[in-house]
Amino acid sequence: MTLYRNLTIRQKQIVWAWAFLAIPVLFYGVIRFYPTGTAVVISFQNWNLLGDRTWAGLENYRELWNDPVFWKVFRNTFAYLLIGTPVSLLLSFVIAYHLDKLRFMHGFLRMLYFLPFMTSAVAMAWVWRWFYQGVPIGLFNNLLASVGIAQIEFLNSTTNALPAVLAPAVWAGLGFQVIIFMAGLRAIPTSYYEAAKIDGVGWWTVLTQITLPLLKPTIVFIVVLSSIGFLRIFDHVFNMTTNNPGGPLNATKPLVLMIYDTAFNGFNMGYAAAQTVVLFTILLIVSLIQLYLLRSD
Amino acid sequence: MAMADTIRPTAAAVLETRGPARPRNMGQIIRWLILFAGGVLMVMPIAYMISTSLKWPHEVYDVNLIPKEPTLENYTYVLEDGRFYLWFLNSIIIATITTASNLLFDSLVGYTLCKFRFPGRMIVFIAILSTLMIPTEMLVIPWYLMSQSFGWLDSYWGIMFPGLMTAFGTFLMKQFFESVPDDFIEAARIDGLNELQIWWTVAMPLVKPALAALAIFVFLGNWTAFLWPLIVTNSVEMYTIPVGLSGFGDEADVAWELIMTGAAISTIPTLVIFLIFQRFIIRGVVMAGLKG
Repeated sequence: MTLYRNLTIRQKQIVWAWAFLAIPVLFYGVIRFYPTGTAVVISFQNWNLLGDRTWAGLENYRELWNDPVFWKVFRNTFAYLLIGTPVSLLLSFVIAYHLDKLRFMHGFLRMLYFLPFMTSAVAMAWVWRWFYQGVPIGLFNNLLASVGIAQIEFLNSTTNALPAVLAPAVWAGLGFQVIIFMAGLRAIPTSYYEAAKIDGVGWWTVLTQITLPLLKPTIVFIVVLSSIGFLRIFDHVFNMTTNNPGGPLNATKPLVLMIYDTAFNGFNMGYAAAQTVVLFTILLIVSLIQLYLLRSD
Repeated sequence: MAMADTIRPTAAAVLETRGPARPRNMGQIIRWLILFAGGVLMVMPIAYMISTSLKWPHEVYDVNLIPKEPTLENYTYVLEDGRFYLWFLNSIIIATITTASNLLFDSLVGYTLCKFRFPGRMIVFIAILSTLMIPTEMLVIPWYLMSQSFGWLDSYWGIMFPGLMTAFGTFLMKQFFESVPDDFIEAARIDGLNELQIWWTVAMPLVKPALAALAIFVFLGNWTAFLWPLIVTNSVEMYTIPVGLSGFGDEADVAWELIMTGAAISTIPTLVIFLIFQRFIIRGVVMAGLKG
């Protein structure tokens, strides 16, 4: 204690700072950085959990390159991204744009759109799975049948299954995006709109020349966040296609589900780790694109 | 477009509204009606989930939303089975402890990085920031191996340990501690408080809104977490609600009304929390979304 008392104020501060940080630094080291390194190392090894770990060099990555299932999964993952992001971006912007102009029961409308965000993905995946069942079980087909339209195969069709699985994911995330968009819209000073009104500019010009350019940071934020979300889609796919996860015929299988299957059903740890490195790389590229788009010019 | 970068949304603005209180013209009324219809569609899945959980088996496949003879029979059946009870309890315990840990450590680290000047500060800052780039999915295999060798599989600790601190929460808190004036801290120091007391009694009360927002996010995140609990748990008694529900739905003889009941049990608590703290949660979403 005398040692501590002899320190200067600045030195005491350093002691306190590191005392506060000791446990967290240990945590981030052991639970975040060390496992990241381990994942990369394992991706260069062959290991089935029981036997020895043997070095495999680039074999796992070569296997991945030649694996038709991986390319199918790769296409699926980007299909989720390339359909999900624009659709949810457009829907949430249109909703936010119009909601922003209304005051009558504004909070109530906002609540309706936000409520799905508070649900659990697993629970709602099962609800949607029920909706998609054929007559006489599923809600959608029952509704179609009651107005005399032919049934639609949702989850059993190789072409319809992926959008069908994507729909609840878009649905659940929409409310969050609407709120963020509304915050962005509110941040635009009314003086711009007033100036436009004085100049007698039409709403389309106001939208494309004032609103959208000023919303750029918000749009980039939402695009990146939803892109990362769709690239990591798992809960919905796993629960809506459980009898044959990722099916039919891998038509809905995303990268994270392939990782899960390879690691915890196939126990092929090296191969699964290589897939996680690929996922990491994709997500890193998306984040770097965000930084590039948001750079101050 | 330099202007675009200077305009940043604020949390407070989203809760205020512009324009007239009541729709004045036809255009506004149509806009309101369309948005209302869209909003009703948005809550339909939730409404059908709850409505089906209140229906007798013979009525389940009817498309009517309001049950003809509402019953709590499904809830009695699902809860008497006992497993949901257990999973619910597990989820509550795990989400609560994880939330407490995040509130404590994320704010402590955020405070330290914000208010202290010490060698290594930038390195710690950048190191924690960089963990935002590492996806959970990359870590589950090493975490599983770690849990296996330390005997953490199938335990509360095993489910919880990866989420006890988050970089997201740390940066959220750091942002908010920026708004605490250094003078307050300096004054407390002159009054003879030690650094731990200053953090806890001076700085923490000033960032309560941020703490509450963080608490909601961490709780919701852990309540709905699926991938890691699915991997780390083996025995039915250790499942969390999402993992249990997923397995429950897979049992072939389980009827849809019972699955909907399970889904409702796992969803209703968060919906109730939302309906009570609505304004507050929406402000939190904006704060976290834009500052974190």
